[in-house]
Amino acid sequence: MNGRGKRFPQRLDTRSGTVDMSHGSGGRAMAQLIDELFVKHFDNELLRQANDQAAFTVPAGRMVMSTDSHVISPLFFPGGDIGSLSVHGTINDVAMSGAKPLYLSAGFILEEGFPLSDLERIVQSMGHAAAEAGVPVVTGDTKVVERGKGDGVFITTTGVGVVPEGVNISGDLAQPGDAILVSGTIGDHGVAIMSSRENLTFETTIESDSAALHTLVAAMVEAVPAIHCLRDPTRGGLATTLNELALQSSVGMHLKERAIPVNPAVSAACELLGLDPLYVANEGKLICICPAEQAGVLLAVMRAHPLGGRAARIGEVVEDAHGFVQMETGFGGSRMVDWLAGEQLPRIC
Amino acid sequence: MKYVEEFRNHELAQRLAAAIAAEAQPDRTYRLMEFCGGHTHAIFRYGVQHLMPDNVQFVHGPGCPVCVLPIGRIDEAIALVREHDMILCTYGDLLRVPASDRQSLLKVKAQGADIRMVYSTQDALQIARDNPDRQVVFFAIGFETTTPPTAVAIKQAKSEGLKNFSVFCNHVLTPAAMRAILESPDVAIDGFFGPSHVSTVIGSNPYVAFAEEFNKPVVIAGFEPLDVMQSARMLIRQLNEGRHEVENEYTRAVTPEGNRKAQAVVAEVLEQRSEFEWRGLGVVPDSALQIREAFAEFDSERRFTITPVAAREVKGCDCPSILRGTKRPSDCKLFGTVCSPENPMGACMVSSEGACAAYWSYGRITNQEAKQA
Repeated sequence: MNGRGKRFPQRLDTRSGTVDMSHGSGGRAMAQLIDELFVKHFDNELLRQANDQAAFTVPAGRMVMSTDSHVISPLFFPGGDIGSLSVHGTINDVAMSGAKPLYLSAGFILEEGFPLSDLERIVQSMGHAAAEAGVPVVTGDTKVVERGKGDGVFITTTGVGVVPEGVNISGDLAQPGDAILVSGTIGDHGVAIMSSRENLTFETTIESDSAALHTLVAAMVEAVPAIHCLRDPTRGGLATTLNELALQSSVGMHLKERAIPVNPAVSAACELLGLDPLYVANEGKLICICPAEQAGVLLAVMRAHPLGGRAARIGEVVEDAHGFVQMETGFGGSRMVDWLAGEQLPRIC
Repeated sequence: MKYVEEFRNHELAQRLAAAIAAEAQPDRTYRLMEFCGGHTHAIFRYGVQHLMPDNVQFVHGPGCPVCVLPIGRIDEAIALVREHDMILCTYGDLLRVPASDRQSLLKVKAQGADIRMVYSTQDALQIARDNPDRQVVFFAIGFETTTPPTAVAIKQAKSEGLKNFSVFCNHVLTPAAMRAILESPDVAIDGFFGPSHVSTVIGSNPYVAFAEEFNKPVVIAGFEPLDVMQSARMLIRQLNEGRHEVENEYTRAVTPEGNRKAQAVVAEVLEQRSEFEWRGLGVVPDSALQIREAFAEFDSERRFTITPVAAREVKGCDCPSILRGTKRPSDCKLFGTVCSPENPMGACMVSSEGACAAYWSYGRITNQEAKQA
């Protein structure tokens, strides 16, 4: 975001203006877009320096870096929008290593003709999410593609963070006997997106759970530095994320369906649409795998945090060469919980 | 969820399981076919088989709409959308079903054809209204449950005078297929779970003659797991007592006559085809529907010339035998080797109602235990 701080003869028309090719050309129109939109809403000292990069001092220790592209449709949905989602998504990916996220970058691909008013709403929402999380957007990039070659706006964010000393969290560290915890109800995000799709008109009070989880992670890591795995069950939902972890750690898992928290409105919507909440996306939940004896302490810490009020212990890690995730169904039978095949919903994040 | 959770109650399931174990005679087996994919899905999703004694076996039937559609019809739809500038609309599952030459509607869409997934016939109609200068074809599939919405859409198109909407009709009939299963020589089934949604439309009466003729009990069963267990118990009782009647477990939705309004609208718009090819069952007489002459302009098969294609099944795919219940998914050489939900070779691996997909997603452990034992 190398805004030049120049004055422009006319202010950017964020009421009825639209993105055009000149906004990505590197010329004055781009500089104005950066100044009057991005710098305005992301405002921070590093960005105001107007360099092509952000330079900062890092604390000693292990650094973490993660990147995430966001192509969600629709751009605005109950409980959030592509802007807040792109901040939360990357903060969460960094935080799932146990790290404290420090800085974000943001890359925008805008489609010619995209309303500047919508862009401002998105950028404002991103700025708000970043400020609330205390993780500023310190550098970025904008490109414009011709009409029909994009879908409004795509946003890629990258985040860096630092892992506290003594913390070693990774998807390959689950051990037989470990407890599996989840930080709250599952499926809220996917159902909220589904309800706002054009061709699926059903009304629900469900909002996306999109949220930055780093303060929850910080509290958990402080209480129990020996956590083995953390992961946010986004696309593919709880079921797919647990299968990933089982594969990485070469273990199996046993779940209890009745212990898995699901909002009744989410259950009902899934029933109606023929979806399984286990496979529906989340954007503000995490799965934690820890030594069984620490589960009680962790659950108490999670439940004391605003984002972990409905945290629950949902199963245990077992020895299994196949890496199967199995579940005792609420009905009393048992079944496998496989990877998601194909896709349940297109473009959810 | 009120009125749903009650039918998934854990304690009731345990009690019912004990009752079934007590009533099932240990010296015989009960091979019970669930015709509908909806039942197959419920059995696997809730782990119902685990609650049954070993000698009560579920045999998975052909009632998965995308599974029984012959490859040739998908090939024809692909030819249709490739040869004419049109929008082809259909239900989601059908997009992934393998056609000849490793094609599928999803692949043809990626190659540039305008194929759209819709949730209802009304979405397809709306697409036609929104695109007056383009032909819109609805690729209609399914049993009696999905037939009334298709008939309604055709009637609406006619009353609105839509010139760009037509239906590629592949609706099939349940009783004819059940008859075909029992007439094939290699099938050994003791009783049937009757379809739930289909029966809400056609009622329980159409199964009466069938049960008498073949001496097989039929219990119309709801799609919830307790419905399936209760119906299994009713079938076991009938078999123990030497009865072969049509009984209705799903009384909260199914009546003897069914939904007469829906039947009337279907009869107005559609009529029986003299024969139709089913995957697994071959050509079955009087087993499908076509659009009546009075609505001929909305029949894609009359509006467009459709190039006949020589359909080719994947070699080694046992879908046909699996659909008749003579083989289990794990008996197929392709199952889990080259055929999986990510890369389906046969239709039974595509839909969550397909027996192979259900086995793969929910039941692989049981299979492995069974194979090792």
